Amino acid sequence: MSTYKIAVIGDKDSILGFKTIGVDTFSVTSSDSALTVLKKLVSEEYGVIFITEELARDLEDIIAELNKRFLPAVVLIPNSKGTLGIGIQQIKKNVEKAIGTDILFGKEG
Amino acid sequence: MEIRVNPTRMELNLLKKRLKMAERGHKLLKDKRDELIRQFLILVRKNKELREHVEKELSAAFARFLLARAVMSAENLEEALMYPTKKLSLEINKQNIMSVYAPKFSWVEEESGRGENSSIYPYGFVDTSAELDISIETLSGILPRLMELAEVEKAVQLLAEEIEKTRRRVNALEYILIPKLGDTIKYITMKLDENERGALTRLMKIKDIVRAKM
Repeated sequence: MSTYKIAVIGDKDSILGFKTIGVDTFSVTSSDSALTVLKKLVSEEYGVIFITEELARDLEDIIAELNKRFLPAVVLIPNSKGTLGIGIQQIKKNVEKAIGTDILFGKEG
Repeated sequence: MEIRVNPTRMELNLLKKRLKMAERGHKLLKDKRDELIRQFLILVRKNKELREHVEKELSAAFARFLLARAVMSAENLEEALMYPTKKLSLEINKQNIMSVYAPKFSWVEEESGRGENSSIYPYGFVDTSAELDISIETLSGILPRLMELAEVEKAVQLLAEEIEKTRRRVNALEYILIPKLGDTIKYITMKLDENERGALTRLMKIKDIVRAKM
């Protein structure tokens, strides 16, 4: 068993605070550079990668691919402008994929 | 819809064995699917709860942070956060949910050599705002939740994948393979019966001819 690192990718305003709790931060401004960073992190020893929803929105494909793997765990977090609801959307998608119909969020939608 | 085989007794026996096997596999897979879905539902509920909670707390922390950023100068802020007191490293174990392997995270905080009992704040309190303190406190308070979310969410994703696969297999067995085998078995039995009847009539016919000649 080896040790892994934790990373967070996002815009500077949102992620600077993460630095203090000992997480490696990578501030990016565009989804293009986010993609490069994400690819780099995947090839290194990162176990958990937090990424802001705003950036993740444009990286759906690669994140979906990573979600099928054992590692790393890519977790979407809201950024300083608030949540976009993509994270919740993803849970919903998972439910639909597994069960065929959405039974958790049925009341709201 | 049937498999093309020679209508022989040997094939029939083989097919019957295959059918039995397919039915057993089907039952097992169905049980597996049901149990996977049960586990999945437990996890996904937890996932939803955690995510809602984490998103709320994170947004609050970010809002505070923005305030701090507004109050303090950018250089000051950057300087204050330059050297974190802690370094997180992650240990990953496997957990087995119905033979789906999901990572289980546990993390260790390493103090980065600031002497004993260093606080979570990597800066002095002179030229930083209180908003920053609160924001950082919330963030570090939420870390266990965040890691739990990462763990649960990963498990949910992997389980969803596995459930989909299992469901496909169940359906393939139920709607394709098993009916196909059944049809083929029927076809062979009918063919064999037909042959038998053919042989019988032939015998009777020959008997008639032989008798007429005598």
